[in-house]
This record gives sequence, structure tokens and C-alpha cells, in this order.
Amino acid sequence: MIARLLAGAALAALTIGATGPANAQQGKLSGDMVKVGVLNDRSGLYADLGGEGSAVAARMAAEEFGNKILGKPIQIITADHQNKPDIGSNLARQWIDQDGVDVIVDVPNSGVALAVQEVTREKKTIFLMEGPATSRLTGDACSPTGFHWPYDTRALAVGTGQAIVKEGGDSWFFITADYAFGHQLEADTSAQVKKAGGKVVGSVKAPLNTADFSSFLLQAQASGAKIVGLANAGGDTITSIKQASEFGLTQSGQQKLAGLLIFLSDVHALGLQVAQDLVLTTGFYWDRNDETRAWSKKFFDRHGKMPTMVQAGSYSAVRHYLKAIEAAGTDDGPTVAAKMKEMPVNDMFAQNGSILPNGRMVHDMYLARVKKPSESKGPWDYYEILRTIPGKEAFATFEESGCKLPK
Amino acid sequence: MMGTIFGIPPQALFGQLLLGLINGSFYALLSLGLAVIFGMLNVINFAHGALYMMGAFVSWLLLTKLGIGYWWALLLAPLIVGLFGVVLEKTLLSRLYKLDHLYGLLLTFGLALIVEGAFRHQYGVSGQPYPIPDALKGGQNLGFMFLPNYRGWVVVASLVVCLSTWIAIEKTKLGAYLRAATENPVLVQAFGINVPRMVTLTYAFGVALAGLAGVLAAPIYQVSPLMGSNLIIVVFAVVVIGGMGSILGAVLTGYGLGLLEGLTKVFYPEASNIVVFVIMAVVLMIKPAGLFGRER
Repeated sequence: MIARLLAGAALAALTIGATGPANAQQGKLSGDMVKVGVLNDRSGLYADLGGEGSAVAARMAAEEFGNKILGKPIQIITADHQNKPDIGSNLARQWIDQDGVDVIVDVPNSGVALAVQEVTREKKTIFLMEGPATSRLTGDACSPTGFHWPYDTRALAVGTGQAIVKEGGDSWFFITADYAFGHQLEADTSAQVKKAGGKVVGSVKAPLNTADFSSFLLQAQASGAKIVGLANAGGDTITSIKQASEFGLTQSGQQKLAGLLIFLSDVHALGLQVAQDLVLTTGFYWDRNDETRAWSKKFFDRHGKMPTMVQAGSYSAVRHYLKAIEAAGTDDGPTVAAKMKEMPVNDMFAQNGSILPNGRMVHDMYLARVKKPSESKGPWDYYEILRTIPGKEAFATFEESGCKLPK
Repeated sequence: MMGTIFGIPPQALFGQLLLGLINGSFYALLSLGLAVIFGMLNVINFAHGALYMMGAFVSWLLLTKLGIGYWWALLLAPLIVGLFGVVLEKTLLSRLYKLDHLYGLLLTFGLALIVEGAFRHQYGVSGQPYPIPDALKGGQNLGFMFLPNYRGWVVVASLVVCLSTWIAIEKTKLGAYLRAATENPVLVQAFGINVPRMVTLTYAFGVALAGLAGVLAAPIYQVSPLMGSNLIIVVFAVVVIGGMGSILGAVLTGYGLGLLEGLTKVFYPEASNIVVFVIMAVVLMIKPAGLFGRER
């Protein structure tokens, strides 16, 4: 692990090159550089939705600044938290205390993110969260220096949950990933379903990284619910959708699947034949307008895959962070955090995004349907956007969030 | 409506038992290969999961790159994985027979990490879809559950393979040679039997079984570099519970634990991925050689 960190650091150092002449507005940067640490799952079930792609996106943001800020270099390092909260928080602590890391990026897996949030709160270090989903990160577990970017469980619940109840899917059974994220996603979606007049008839908690979902699918079938909500992510979602199709869950016409968190990488892995007609909520789709297409094309040329909302969000968050440093003239955590909350977020990812006092970046979300194989015009042509969900509708207000920070 | 058994409707219970049997089929096939290899070579083959994954990937590559379908893959993939096994045994494993078991375990564990890492680097972790062959699409409505035809086929195929392996080892002349060579290789060699070649072929057969399980698994699970490591720890627990080296033990325990895991998924799903290990701990305390193992 240490060898990998060192190798990453050495590589990054090589690409930086000589520092330029002293800048007039040269400010105070700790360690005479801005060090960005991308911490995520690089080898497990969430590696394809974030992983190296998030680091690629962060590098693309740094390059827009010429890899320099206030005349000093920007360095990007990476590490694998292996979906283990203890490893994640230890790495974060080591990065901040010993390696001079100024900002931690991504951290999918809500369990790990909650652990890292404790470290960054204590160290007053900026934490840009793209991978994790739980709305607790800007709720009871919020931090003055924590920012939650592309989506959260509440936005997914509002988008997919409400849309499905409106179409008549008013009784739900959940297959839930048995950890912080799954529990929160089930709770948030249940709340939205009930608010829209539906009811929840039951749920089953499946261990993370389950290879065979058939048993849980059978229980869902027996429940008689109209909608089987998948409160899981990544590899688990892929397996459950594939096996649901094998067991004819949806073929009888009595039950429908609702994937509550589906990434572009999941659809790619499933193939349109299996994934077609799934309704999902996303914070980003590459083929939405000219700007997103242009950026995604650049990303594709480097990474070989189209970006997920986590990867595109990593770009947007790192870019906003660097702009705030430029404006504040320092990389001091609390000062930069305050600056980030003052400035609107405008880039290819978000238009007029704004950041609440609890660190929630409020931006439009999109309700999408996965195309049928016959509708898709080529590789990665996967979604039809059904509706734009205004940011204010998708995300909780600061008052609703339950965050105890001063406004 | 019929009554309930422990608060669960009987239909649901039958369904879960059947699913347990299906998962047990994979456990049985994989632990059978491990037991054969351990019995003959005294090697704890930690690369078994990686070779199972290779079997699935070989069939996926045959389909996508060469257009060779499932039925041929069922034959070709185990052969290719078996050949890979021959190379491994000849070049690496055969050097370790004089040493403690632990060295074989460490070597195969390292090999597993390398093979898995290489596939992960090449194909990512989300996995590749492999379609169910046309002849086995659809399913039967059994009244208490919908049984996909393919899963039914997996149970039948696994039973046939396990049974014929058991017969081959316990009831044929070749099997007798094998068992004799395990007991006393020097003596068997003295009778003019080429023991080293027999060892190589046994290893190849064991890993070919893993490859076969991989082909069977491809249409059910995503063909993913991680599929082996997800399964192998459970399979090792199965082998330990059944008794290291016991063919019958491995097969029976494989099916039995599949059933038990299925039941856990009904009564207390949160525990479904540890129940096998709890049983392992209990068995090790009461009967350290395993349920079907002999004390040596």
C-alpha cells in the first residue's frame, strides 16, 4: 500500500514539472502545493463507478488550471480503501498528518465516508464526497468542511420513488444492502413512497457483495408487492437485476423492478437486453448537451469508458475547490469551505448549483429510462432523460436535513 | 392457504431449499476438485477460485471473440483450464512436494492473486454478461416457485459429474492406482506405474472441474474477475467441514451446506454469509478431522 502511495506520488511529481515564476497574488499554501488525495475502491465491487476514473477526472480539473494554483503545483495522489472503514479513516489520517494532503476526494461506500468525515471534521480538512450516497453525510453526520456532490439517498428516493408511485407502483418490497447506505436508501425511499400515498409491505437485508440473490428475489416475489426496490449499488445491483430477469420476476407483469441507485457502469455491464426500461435517477448523463458531450469525449479518450455521475462529479467538485482556493488566496480548510459555499457552481456538470451550509451541493437531477436495444444508436447510448428534477425538489433543505451546524 | 412451518409458508420453504440445492451444486463441484487435489498431491489449492473464474472467462472469450457457444465451451473451457493446470503443476507445484503443505498453499494463493489481478486489469470489476443458451431459456412453474430451466440443468450436471468422479475413484482400476499412489507412491512406482504423470493428470482433472464449474456459473453470475474469490473461502470451509481429502465428504457437505445457507436466507438473512463459518468452527471443535475425514 505504501509502495503504491509512493509510486503515485512519484508519478504525480514527474508530471508537474518546474514551478513557474512567483505569482503576484501568491498566497499561503501549506507545503507550498495543493495536494489532492483521491480515496476510493480501486479493486472491488465499486471500482468501476469511481476508481481510477475519479482520479482521471480530478486530473482533468487540475489541468484546467495548468496543474498550478497561486503559482504552486497541484498534486494528485490515489489510494484504495478496500471498502473498509478502518482502512479508509487510517489512510485519511496518514494523508493529512504526514503527507500534507489538503483535500480528500470521492470515497464511495457510505460506511467508509462516514468514518472519513469524522477525521476530516477533526482536522478541518476539506472532504469532497462524490461516491457515497447516504444523506446522513449532510444530516446528523454533517461537517463544516464536508461537501456532498452528485447525489444522495434522498434525491434518489424523490426521483425514482415518487415517479414510480405516480405511475401506479404503490406497494413496495425492498432488497436492501445491509450497511449504512442501504438502510438509509430504504428509509428515504420508504418515506417518499408513503408521502406519495404508497405502502411498504416488507424488506430483506442482503449482505454486501452477495453472489446469489435468488433467495431474496423469491421472498420479494412471495410478498406480492407491485414494486421490488433494489436499495443496493454496483456489483450487487448488477447481480440482482440479472437474476431477477432469470427468475422471471418481471415477466408475469405483476411485479416491476426499481433500481434505486444505478450507475452508467452498471447498465454497461448488464447490457441493454437485461437493463432495458429500468427507471433511474442520476446527477449526470454524458449525452445531455454539447458541454457534457465535449467533456465526456475527453474523458473517454483517456479512460476508455464514458464517465459515471461519480466521476463527472469528482471533476466538478475538484474544479470548484480549486477556484475557491484561487479566490481565497489560501488552502486553509475552513476559509476555503466558506468560499466554496459563497460561490455558485457553474460548469459542464451543474448550472447555477449552490451549496447549503451543511455542504450539500444543490443542482438539478435527472429521471432517466434505460433504452431498449432497438432504440440505442451506438455504444454508451443508454439513457432517455424523462424529466429534469429541480435541485430544490430533489435535495432536502438545510432545515430538513437535521444538520446541527450554524446556518 | 396451507399452514406455516416456523412462520414461513411451506411454498417459500420448498423454494428456498431448491435454491440451496442449486448453490450447493457449485460448492460440491468446487470442493470435489479441491478434495481430489488434496488427496493426491497434498496441496491445498488456493488457486481454485481463480481457475473457476478462468473457466467462466474462457467461455466468455470463446463466445465473444470466436463465436463458439455454450455447449462447446462446456467441453473446451475445462480442457483449456486443465492444460493451464498441467503447466502450473509441471513448472511450479512439482518443486514443492518435498516441503510442508504450507508452501503449496502460499504458492497457489500467490498465483490466485496474480491471475485475478491480470483479469481485473484487463476487464474491470463489473463483469461481462454471458447469455443463457437458447435451449435452456425460460423456466418451469413448479407451483411453489418459478424454476429457471438453466438452474435445473446446473443441478443435474453437477450431480452427474460428482457421481461419476466418485465412481471413477472408488470403483475403477485407475481409481485404485490413484488411491494406492496416495498411500505409498514409491511402491506403486515400483509396479511400473508412472506416478509423476498420474499426479500431473490428477491436478489437471481437479482444476478442470473448477473450469467446468466456471462455465456452468457464467450465465448465472456476471463473468467477473472477483467471482472466484467471492466463492473460494466458502468452498474451503466446505472442504474443512467435510474432511480434507474425502471425496464423498466434499460432495455431501457441498450440497448440505447449500441447503443450510438457503434456510438461513429465509430465517435470518443477515447471517447468510457467515453461517457456513459458524458450522466450520463447531465442527472443528467437535471433530477436527471433519465430518467424513479420517484421523491420520
